[in-house]
Amino acid sequence: MRDLHLITTEVNGTQHELVVESRRTLADMLREDLGLTGTHLGCEHGICGACTVLLDGEPVRACLVFGVQADGKQVRTVEDLADGEQLSPLQQAFSKHHALQCGFCTPGFLMLAESYLASRPAADKTEIREVVASNLCRCTGYQGIVDAIHEVATAQQAGPVQP
Amino acid sequence: MTTTGTRAQSLPSTYVGARVGRKEDRRLLRGEGRFGHDVQRPRMLHARVVRSGIAHGRLVSIDATEAKQLPGVVDVVTGADLPRPLRIPVRLKVQDVDLTEYLQPILPTEEVRYVGEPIAVVLAEDAYVAEDAAELVVVDIDELPVVLDTTGPADDVTIAADFTMSYGRVADAFDAADHITSLTFDIGRHSAVPMEPRTLVADPVGPGELEIFGSTKVPVFNRRVLAEMLGLDDERIRMHAVDAGGGFGVRGEFYPEDFLIPWLALRNRRPVSWAEDRQEHLVSVNHSRQQRHRLSVALKKNGEILGLRADVIQDNGAYARTHGIIVPELTIAMLPGPYRVPAYHARARVALSHKTPCGTYRGPGRFEGTAAREQLLDKAAAELGIDRVELRRTNLLVPTELPHARELGTLGTDMVIDEGDFPGLFQAALDRATRLGWPDAVTAGRRDGRVMGLGVAMFMEKSGLGPYESADAEMTRTGRVRVYSGGTSLGQGIETALAQIAADVIPVGIDRIDVVNGDTAEQPFGTGSWASRSTVVAGNAVRAACQEVADRLIELAGRLLEAPPDELLLDDTGVRHKTDAGKRCSYSELSAAAGPASPHLRPDEQPGLRRRARFTVDHMTYPYGAHIALVEIDPGTGNVQVHGYLVVYEVGVAVNPTLIEGQLYGGMAQGIGGALLEEFRYDDAGQPQSATFMDYLLPTACEVPRLDVLVLADHPARTNPLGVRGAGEGGLTAAGGCLASAVRDALGSLPGVRPDITRLPITPAEILARIGSGTPATDRPG
Repeated sequence: MRDLHLITTEVNGTQHELVVESRRTLADMLREDLGLTGTHLGCEHGICGACTVLLDGEPVRACLVFGVQADGKQVRTVEDLADGEQLSPLQQAFSKHHALQCGFCTPGFLMLAESYLASRPAADKTEIREVVASNLCRCTGYQGIVDAIHEVATAQQAGPVQP
Repeated sequence: MTTTGTRAQSLPSTYVGARVGRKEDRRLLRGEGRFGHDVQRPRMLHARVVRSGIAHGRLVSIDATEAKQLPGVVDVVTGADLPRPLRIPVRLKVQDVDLTEYLQPILPTEEVRYVGEPIAVVLAEDAYVAEDAAELVVVDIDELPVVLDTTGPADDVTIAADFTMSYGRVADAFDAADHITSLTFDIGRHSAVPMEPRTLVADPVGPGELEIFGSTKVPVFNRRVLAEMLGLDDERIRMHAVDAGGGFGVRGEFYPEDFLIPWLALRNRRPVSWAEDRQEHLVSVNHSRQQRHRLSVALKKNGEILGLRADVIQDNGAYARTHGIIVPELTIAMLPGPYRVPAYHARARVALSHKTPCGTYRGPGRFEGTAAREQLLDKAAAELGIDRVELRRTNLLVPTELPHARELGTLGTDMVIDEGDFPGLFQAALDRATRLGWPDAVTAGRRDGRVMGLGVAMFMEKSGLGPYESADAEMTRTGRVRVYSGGTSLGQGIETALAQIAADVIPVGIDRIDVVNGDTAEQPFGTGSWASRSTVVAGNAVRAACQEVADRLIELAGRLLEAPPDELLLDDTGVRHKTDAGKRCSYSELSAAAGPASPHLRPDEQPGLRRRARFTVDHMTYPYGAHIALVEIDPGTGNVQVHGYLVVYEVGVAVNPTLIEGQLYGGMAQGIGGALLEEFRYDDAGQPQSATFMDYLLPTACEVPRLDVLVLADHPARTNPLGVRGAGEGGLTAAGGCLASAVRDALGSLPGVRPDITRLPITPAEILARIGSGTPATDRPG
């Protein structure tokens, strides 16, 4: 018997009311019910981190969180990073440092870095490497990813950039 | 040309050679990539494959009664429901080996041969329900004995192919030798493990008409196979290559699901979506690598190689898949590598076992053969008392010996090693390592009692496999250029590289060039992206197609402007006269002039500004390189930490150095995984022990050090007008050999330890066993 719940959740700044089955993962809810296909599923057991999204600001594996757990909470996905046509500093740095190739793991790395830099704005490369090690990438050798996140951290330390 | 980490700041004079940003990035960074599983269709059904949980057995019965009763289940099919027994053909036939009796059936009806083999498929309205129903399908299998060791007695093991390659007088070489070094070297079972599992969406858009999303790699070939199985014309199937989350050889080949999903869509007249989960991926996608190499090299006292013998057994798993016997074939064809080997004899055997079947994985045959050969050379140098660098220098082919026709063939072509400077590149790599301070680090580390070593390996790659590639180019009404290529985008940046090539021929600027890859309706002759061939063959086809469009634009402009073609040239918005600034026409005017109702078109002329070109090539081109690594062994845990990794690689012409460096970085990480971490293991019953990311260990950012690359573009390839060589695999090719060499060097610094490496991956347990035997006093955990 299907076990359905009516939930209210804010995703990327927009309020949604959704009916979800209790076993439906947050990843499937985002991808299929809300059409936010930027969140990718690479392993469905919490190792690869491709599905990392922010739940009330904290990075979570969307494959290990149920949709109902987002009830009353805020979710941020990769679709929320750019400001209109303007890519976020992290997105720009990823492109500049060739931190993505196939781009499948990229949303997970971006969301991981987004929350990490919010809590550790002055992170050094060693720390960044350790944090980045929580997600898997098969294309880049991690080089560009570490460099990109470090560049944004360095820019944050230097203070707000004047336009 | 030598590249460094800096990026071009100003607009390039030519796009080829420039570090332009990738066209792919914007959509991928915004979460707007379109991967197979992102495609949704109204009334879409979801498929779940029921797989064998037994490695070998007789299928007694499959009972789907309970599964079919589950609300939401639409269809359950087994082998008995298929229109006829179907087997998946070999895509790359070599050596005239007939593998018909070993081909994989779409669904078996009598016998299962590996854990993970598809047995039935469930279709349901919802993916969760499809999984529930798959659990309710009751499969009864009578277990049969399993074969897991293909190096055992020959009468236990089915040998699907047994072939040799040779040249020169090998027996004489071994008779004349001052010294013979032998080595048996095993490589574990690896796979590409792209981050996106396989996906497919098949939409029956009309009676007997299909659109398919997700078959990204060789869509035209797969369309042909599917069309033949379904009894349809190829043209009734349109395959859209979509974004793919990594390929590295395994994704996009024709697997059982590539028939089942489209067939189920036609059968149920509804779109069908399928996405495997990671556990399925690890037991069902092509495995690769697992081979035993028995090598002997005949040497003079001074280290000069007189002859080489190789005997290779590949554990190919349960069936011959689309690559047939190509991996052992490439292994023995490429084994002599960049060295002067006057006499050579090699035998390869393809053995079947009750494991997941094999295909290719990035650097197929070269990763394996290079690892075994380079360790053999290290061992030979030690036995002869010659420095391992000197031994290699003595035997590397020198520029005056190139081109060098080696009396071997592979992939159906003769081997002619083209332009290059192997010793020069080797020296560049050694110099770079010295500048990075690695030899000093080893010396200093050892003085402090640390177990450190340097690894050195040379390799030769192959790329640019023909026989052909096709491309279309088109000038649009708004002055954009559309390029339709047979290449497919697997993350390597082919969209950008092809746009760069096009932008040098039609100078509208790279932002006004759109590249459409892998759409079978647009490019019905495309041969796909694999074997480091796209930039070479697709790139030259794109160049030729753009040149035809450019010629056509000049010709039409000549009519409009009443000027001879040699006085006209293309610029960013149209065609203009070289000296008379007033004479010009825009691309939109030229587009109109090429329209079917245009007065400028002659009655016998085709309308439009789209042209198709084909590039054909007889020989492959052979990029080459060197790997150097700095490692440290923790004598307490047996862990091998890679402190530094360097690849120097010659690519002929670097279309986009940033993309090439990216390819090398990724390959290096995969090489570290293959050398130190990754392996599919099985228990005695043939049950996979590496079916999750907890057990199949991919390198993370903590196992991969700061990487260093030097891309050389000093020797343009003679085989193609662009002069390019493929760069997809060189980061990986020598990683097994280099890390084995580094670990050997580190172990050799310990008294009494047997340093020869005989197996990849090199595990902590293996290291501890070696150290334990050498230094009994070592305090180590159990």
